[in-house]
Order: sequence, then C-alpha cells, then structure tokens
Amino acid sequence: MAGRVDGKVAFITGAARGQGRSHALRLAQEGADIIAVDIAGSIPGMDRFYPGATQDDLDETVARVEALDRRIVAIKADVRDFTALKDALDSGVAELGHLDVVSANAGVFQFGDKTEDVSDEDWDTVNDINAKGVWHTAKAAIPHLKQQGTGGSIVLTSSTAGIMGTPNVAAYTASKHAVVGIMKTLALELAPFSIRVNSVHPTGVNTQMIRNEATYRLFLPDTPHPTDEQAEEVFRTTNALPIPWVEPVDISNAVLFLASDEARYVTGLQLKVDAGYTLK
Amino acid sequence: MAGQLEGRVAFVTGAARGQGRSHALRLAQEGADIIAIDIAAQIDTVPYPMSNPGDLAETAKQIEALDRRVVTRIADVRDRDALQAAFDAGVAELGAPTIVSANAGIAPMSLHPKAQEWQDVIDVNLTGVYNTVEVSKQAMIDTGKGGAYVLTSSTAGLAGIGGNTPGGIGYTAAKHGVVGLMRTYANTLAQYSIRVNTVHPTGVNTPMVVNDAMQEFLQSDPAMGQAMANALPVPMVEAVDISNAIVFLVSDAGRYITGVTLPVDAGFLNKR
Repeated sequence: MAGRVDGKVAFITGAARGQGRSHALRLAQEGADIIAVDIAGSIPGMDRFYPGATQDDLDETVARVEALDRRIVAIKADVRDFTALKDALDSGVAELGHLDVVSANAGVFQFGDKTEDVSDEDWDTVNDINAKGVWHTAKAAIPHLKQQGTGGSIVLTSSTAGIMGTPNVAAYTASKHAVVGIMKTLALELAPFSIRVNSVHPTGVNTQMIRNEATYRLFLPDTPHPTDEQAEEVFRTTNALPIPWVEPVDISNAVLFLASDEARYVTGLQLKVDAGYTLK
Repeated sequence: MAGQLEGRVAFVTGAARGQGRSHALRLAQEGADIIAIDIAAQIDTVPYPMSNPGDLAETAKQIEALDRRVVTRIADVRDRDALQAAFDAGVAELGAPTIVSANAGIAPMSLHPKAQEWQDVIDVNLTGVYNTVEVSKQAMIDTGKGGAYVLTSSTAGLAGIGGNTPGGIGYTAAKHGVVGLMRTYANTLAQYSIRVNTVHPTGVNTPMVVNDAMQEFLQSDPAMGQAMANALPVPMVEAVDISNAIVFLVSDAGRYITGVTLPVDAGFLNKR
C-alpha cells in the first residue's frame, strides 16, 4: 500500500521533539524522507519556562525515522540564523534529491507578563523564532520549490493565539498572528507555481511546551504548585470538545493532509485543530 | 490495509451524482456503509437538469462494487418527515451513522430569474441542511461514539458572490447560513464528542456548474466571471477533492477538529 506522501521530501524545523518530531514520524510513516533541523540547545530567556530540546532529542528523532525505513538528514540549526538554516536545508536537498513539503514548526512559548511589562529581550526572542524564523524557513525553501517546478506544500504552525487575543501573552500572540500574515501573502505569491501555503492552529498540545508548572500557573494563578489533575481540569474548560488538550499526532495528521495530494487545491487556509477552542 | 472509516455508517444527502456521489464512494472506499438519499427529481426554478432515480441507482451500484452496503431512498431534504423516514429506513438496515454529509444543494441562477428562486434555494440549501442534522443527531448521540458532520457550504458562504438575482442572492445567503448552523451545532454537540465543520468548494466540475445555463449566467457578468477565478492555476476542482477533505474531517485524523470552515477553493477566498 503506497503511503500518502510516498516519494516526497519534507523539511521540518523544531524536529527534535514535541510536535516537530511527531510531524517527522507521521510523514515518514506515509513514505516521506525528512530534512530535520532543530536548535537542540538552550535558548537564553527560555529556561524559566521550560527546558530546550537537546542533541539527544534530535538523535532520537533520527533513530525513529530510520526505524521506519525512511531517510533523514538532521542538522542542528537556529531558525533565527538564516545562513545556517539555508545551509542545512541546501545540504539536506543535496542528499535527498528534492523538496516537496515544508513544516515551519519551530516555536517558543513565553507568557505571564502584562503587555507593558514584556522586556525587549523577551519580545525579540519570541518574535525572532516564531515569526522571523518562519519567514526564514520559507525564504530558504521557496527557491528549491520554484526551481523544481513541481509545486509543493508549505505548512506554517500558528496557534489559536494566531486567531484570538490572549491576555498576558502578547509577544507569542503577536508572533502567531504574524504567521497568518506570512501564510496569506505566500499563498498568493506562490499560487502561480502550484505551491500551496496553509497554517495550522492547535489548541493546547500535550507536549513539554504546555505540560509544565509555569504554564499551569498561567491558568491557575492562585495555585503555587498546580498538579497535572488541576491543570487538566482547567484546560478542559477552554475547549468545546470534552478534552484538556490534543496530542501531537493530531496536528501531524492535519499537516499530513495538507502536505498530501488529497489537499492539492487547498491553499490560504487557516486550519484549526483546536477542539472548538476558538468557537466557544 | 484497513480503510480509515472501517465499520462506520455515513448518511449522505444529494448522493445521486456530482459531489454527493463522489463523497459516498470515497467514504465507502475507506470502509463506510452508506445511507444515500436524493430528491431524484426536478425543481422548477432550477435551470439545469437535476438528478433522476437512475443516477441514485448508479451510485448504489458503484458502492456495492466496493463491497460496501448501501441503502438508498428518494427523499427531499425540504420535507422533514420524508427525510426522517428515509434516514430511519437506513438506520434500520445499517445501524446509526457516525458520519453525516449534508451535501444536497441547488444553484437556481440563470439569465431568466424568477422570484421563487429565493425561496427554493433557501429551502433546499439552508433548511435542508438544518433538517438533515435534526433527523440524524439524536441517533448519532445515542451511539455514544461521537461522530462528525460535514455541512457543504461554498466560497459563497464566506464571500458576497453569487450575483444579483433572487436565486444568486438566496444561494449566497443560504450558504452563509450553513456556517451559522455549523457553529451552533459544533458548540451544542461538542459535549457528545460530535464534531461539526463546513467545506467551502470553489467551482467544482459537476452538473451543477458545468451546464449551459450556469455558463451563460457566469459569462453574462464580468464580475461573476472574476468571481470564479482561482489563485492556483486551475479553473475548477474535481468532486473528489471535496470528498478527500470530508474523509479527513470525519476520520480519526480529524478527531479534535470542530467548528472549522475548510475551503477547498484553490486559493479563491485568500485572493479576495
């Protein structure tokens, strides 16, 4: 049985763990080879929220893709550094032969400060990774896709915070709205080349980015040490469907649909995978 | 390889041909049994030939060729009682559906507009969708398994296109109304893990669009011609492209997707 993205090559940022690793595995399960990048290191300003991915995490992604009998090129690179990112992608394409799918997934989550209290450093960290990094990812990939002349699918990871306002999460919310602007513009620019561009908008996803005490306190400000159970209860109230959060594979399935030929005429779409979060 | 919808039952309206037949077949290919209904008759204000009983029988034949079970009934989505009876007959034979495609729709647009078009298109395209959900929702809730509705809207459900005739205005209003139905039902049915989404096709290569009356109508008004221009370099999409979006939404791959307006529009809406 042929996979749904058989023979395609997918470039994924933030692929060491969490959603990015899940995307790599899901696409590989359906026949794609993978070019994986990740910063695989600690990011100044982020440690007070949650720990960064590691080289071991990236190695684990490689091992699991290879266990699926797909090829993977994994390179440590920071999406804020365009030259490094482009070099990583170029060497991946040189090795795997072409490029068909792009998942601009790398992102960080900071929160808690009132907008007037956000520091310049924090603002820049979040927006440089979540917005500028997405632009860099597209900028590095587009010349390959155009030159091949075989179309392509670019999926940008936004958030429910790319659709709605979120109090005390200004930098992240701004960065995820910026992703939508990039998506809509690229969808227009690239349509004549049959390159499709869409965004995905997850509600809370069961990854380290939200499964940590700092994030729990955003929802339970009066509880010094919120438990998993308390967090689950309050997260559940944010969604329409009776679940606290979705799993990484749910976002991967949406990315897979958009990456596949099943969605060959879908472009310019903000695809919510949000259990009704934005609807309530 | 098991299909993505093995063991499930799907209720599809407007299933005799066009998008509805394509949805029924794609869902069946993925393992679902099908309750297929269609009016299989003409509505006076519709300027192109509508489906007939032979079309519905052909859909059934093609589903059976896939080794899936099918129950067909001729029913008008405007007639709640007839629709309920058709639905109940399907449930009696196949069990209750956890998938519903509210697809039946008409496009009464032509160069010879009639006042009655407004009422007919509102009745079929909006009230018919409401009736489709109403006749099926309790049975789906009672399965205790959750489920998924996909309501077929249009690019004209998110943009003010459709032209300046009673039928065109009504089409646009009805397709916008379908989004309101979707959002309301998505909220009220979420507690049962029943998801509700809309699809928004651009022009699709089916008898509703590819007929002399519609082409004459579109060409009569440059603004309307423009209204059909996609961003991707394709004039129309195929019915299977809408079906693929529906399979994604109703399958477990979409288990946490609800309240979404999903355009399959070759970038049409983003261009506006």
